[in-house]
Amino acid sequence: MADVYLNSKFVGTADNPAHFVGEVKDLRRKGLISEEVSVYHDAATQEIHLYSDEGRAYRPLIIVKEGKSLLSEKHLKQLEEGEITWPDLIRQGVIEYLDAAEEENALVTYAEEELTPAHTHLEISPGSISGITTSLVPFGNYNQSSRLIIGSKNQKQALGFYAANFHLRMDMDSNLLHYPQFPIVKTKIHDITEYGQHPSGQNMIVAVMSYDGYNMEDGVILGKASVERGLSRSTYFRPVDTQELRYSGGLIDEISIPDKDVKGYRSEHDYRFLESDGILYPEAKVNEGDVVIGKTSPPRFLSSMDEYNLAAATRRESSINLKHGEKGVADFVVLTENEEGNKLVQVRLRDERVPEIGDKFTSRHGQKGVVGILVPPQDLPFSESGITPDLIFTPHGVSSRMTVSHLIELLGGKVGALAGRYVDGTLFEAEKEEDLRKQLLGLGFKEDGTEVFYDGRTGKRMLARIFVGNMYYLRLRHMVANKMQARARGPIQLLTRQPTEGKAKEGGLRLGEMEKDTFIAHGASLLLKERFDSDKVVVPVCEKSGLMGYYDARKGRAVSPLYGENSEMSYVEVSYAFKLLLDEIRTLGIYPKLHLKSKY
Amino acid sequence: MKNDHEKAVEEYAGQLSLSVLQEVKEQLPASISKADLTKVMDTLVAAHGTAKVNPGECVGLVSAQSIGEPGTQMTLNTFHFAGVSEMNVTTGLPRIIEIFDARKDIKTPMMEIFLKEPYHSDIDRLKKFAAKIKETTFGELASEYSLNIFDQVLKVTVNRSLLADYDLSTKDLVKVIKAKVKGFNAESSDDEITFSKSGKTQELKDLYNLKEKIKELKIAGMKGVKQVLPVKRGEEYIVLTSGTNLKDILALPEVDGTRTSTNDIYEIFEVLGVEAAREAIIREVFKVIEAQGLNIDVRHIMLVADIMCATGEVKGVTRYGVVKEKASVLARASFETPIKHLINAALEGEVDHLTSVVENVMINQPVPVGTGLPGLITKMK
Repeated sequence: MADVYLNSKFVGTADNPAHFVGEVKDLRRKGLISEEVSVYHDAATQEIHLYSDEGRAYRPLIIVKEGKSLLSEKHLKQLEEGEITWPDLIRQGVIEYLDAAEEENALVTYAEEELTPAHTHLEISPGSISGITTSLVPFGNYNQSSRLIIGSKNQKQALGFYAANFHLRMDMDSNLLHYPQFPIVKTKIHDITEYGQHPSGQNMIVAVMSYDGYNMEDGVILGKASVERGLSRSTYFRPVDTQELRYSGGLIDEISIPDKDVKGYRSEHDYRFLESDGILYPEAKVNEGDVVIGKTSPPRFLSSMDEYNLAAATRRESSINLKHGEKGVADFVVLTENEEGNKLVQVRLRDERVPEIGDKFTSRHGQKGVVGILVPPQDLPFSESGITPDLIFTPHGVSSRMTVSHLIELLGGKVGALAGRYVDGTLFEAEKEEDLRKQLLGLGFKEDGTEVFYDGRTGKRMLARIFVGNMYYLRLRHMVANKMQARARGPIQLLTRQPTEGKAKEGGLRLGEMEKDTFIAHGASLLLKERFDSDKVVVPVCEKSGLMGYYDARKGRAVSPLYGENSEMSYVEVSYAFKLLLDEIRTLGIYPKLHLKSKY
Repeated sequence: MKNDHEKAVEEYAGQLSLSVLQEVKEQLPASISKADLTKVMDTLVAAHGTAKVNPGECVGLVSAQSIGEPGTQMTLNTFHFAGVSEMNVTTGLPRIIEIFDARKDIKTPMMEIFLKEPYHSDIDRLKKFAAKIKETTFGELASEYSLNIFDQVLKVTVNRSLLADYDLSTKDLVKVIKAKVKGFNAESSDDEITFSKSGKTQELKDLYNLKEKIKELKIAGMKGVKQVLPVKRGEEYIVLTSGTNLKDILALPEVDGTRTSTNDIYEIFEVLGVEAAREAIIREVFKVIEAQGLNIDVRHIMLVADIMCATGEVKGVTRYGVVKEKASVLARASFETPIKHLINAALEGEVDHLTSVVENVMINQPVPVGTGLPGLITKMK
């Protein structure tokens, strides 16, 4: 006896649960009920659950009967010759879909040799235990699982050919890699997903060695000549947009070159890039602060009285200009309207990004690194045949992370490049490392992938042989050009008078709580005070009341809030934040009284 | 001659610590000349001077950093010891927090009981001792309860083999129960005890309550000692317990009170006093740090322990403990619940003399440590 639930609603009971479940499965395999229906028997609670609703993820498995896979040689042959296709296999009851619940009743193996009579299903490919991005890591089964996760996460951040209609799109922050390539070491998933249509990396010659320490702590070194020939070059696109907003009273913004009588008019020089429609001309090179779209807005706080007042009716300037640290070339302009029917102008800026020190690169194995130096070609180490690496990777990155697949890809890439073919690195089904080694030997190289190298600067032969080969490297979207920021003086916050925060606001780098502690621990008391002087103020304090007063310019002296001019006022240097704290304490109804005392 | 030396050494009492003086006294060769002795002592004073902390050195903050930095690594690897043979003890960061907060109810109270001569080498005597101190409730001995509604009696079947282990009979049980529970008649047979109401009013609820009450009734052992585990430690056997009762255990004649201890710092404070509690804090914290394979100088922990015990009782590093003792209003307000502290300070009319670090950072004045400490005095002519 078992209760039967259909989509979690009780519908009846089954006297013989096993028979009932078998019956449902049979009907499904025969195609009499939908292949998307699943049945799950929970023996512990005596419940049978049938599901036919939406929102269940399910996956295909080969059905196993009496320890034998139903997918026969005959099927495979027919598939190869194109006589049957996937739906035919489902119709024939060779393959079925299981959802998460029904999987609980199944015993699945991923190798045909391991089949026993107890098994109910066979995995189509052992690689199907991983997802699409993870399957894109070649030789993934040689790695720790955590490295695969990191590797697949990195691939999502790689620059590539993300859409074929990129030149018509207005994406926020998009990047396009120039000359993307299909990886020499690929997996079956690369073929299935047509990776060649949207590749996101390049095959580089990689040497595993150190070079004056410029690749220590996960650094990578790039060859300057390679970079100048276009290696990993990319374009960064960013739209600047604005719209003509409508205000009460029928007033509206106007996109145009502002008139000279507009409030806040900059100068003719500032509007030099704008055409007569107020939008910059194509291919205009703009830098930070330059006006991209000219705009004027109606005056703010227009009351009914002011409508007749000509002086107050002047419009104000509200042009869009490039923010701090931005630059680009006008690439594409779109004139359209938004949901409310207001005029919308979008200008896409383009910026060519040549790899530079601080840009991030990664292989597909979670081995990311930051460029430490660009080495001129004459200084790069070279092999006997005169090959110089495009990228130098540090050997210290491998030992602790145990990314064996990284090393095998290097070997496989070398074989592929020399033999002029693609190398298969599919999860669990990859070409064998021994075979690759043998082939490398056959191609006239040492089987371990090492080669004799010479130092480009001295011409001397290096003591150790260098492990060198081809690898698929990805450029990641984190580029220094978007992030570099420094300031000595700059904008401050209105409330606290402390420096603003963040790159967009040209902010300072905060010396935080724990950093402060290090100054104290060193006993650098006066240096600490100086560091925190960013918001220092000198305030007059009333000696009688202990409250902060103010300077009255008309009287030419400081005034106490309680005693006016009848008190002695002393000037005290404190941080503005403290002045603020005292103000806030007063809002609590507490009277914070300062007792002044000479410091010396 | 020797006395002369000792007297000469005694003269340095103010300049060197007592333990150093003692060591010098014990190790000085008798033949040393007076001049040489002075030389030795002066060298010692100079060396002792260099080992001292400089005035204005920010020891508290350095201690905080020295404990805090390895502490960040500790959070990551606390999932050790999952149900191994020995007793499960809180270690790692949770234990450190427990100690520094001076919690009164610690997660896993534990005792290490060392025994005196014949007991610590004889495993049988030790086992007997262990059984004796283990707190046994009636509920543990009983195997079955049956409430007879018609006869208004409660029958309890007792596990006979367990009873034998504790060297007890049902008659002993009845004796204990009768002393604690009034208003019931209890009759005992071989492995059964029958309770019936002695008064006139008969209510089922009373019997049910009785059942619940006798379950918790202590039959034998020490209160709080929930589990005992004899363990070999070096050459001798000791008893580990979960649950503590230091006061009563120390009173037992078999126990070696000089080495027996508990990990409940508050209990140590109550039984043995602050100094012992201070030592316990240092020992317990250091035990955790060593177990984690970290390397923190003991003196940092000693400083924290000193601060915790400075008032004569154990205070945690919390807003109710050590922080409450701070003299500065602003310093207290900057650590948790600022408004509460400000309002209370205002009610009392407290004055902040700005003598410590936090306050001076707040008002952007030089902090009185390191270079900010010394002032200049000019001689006026």
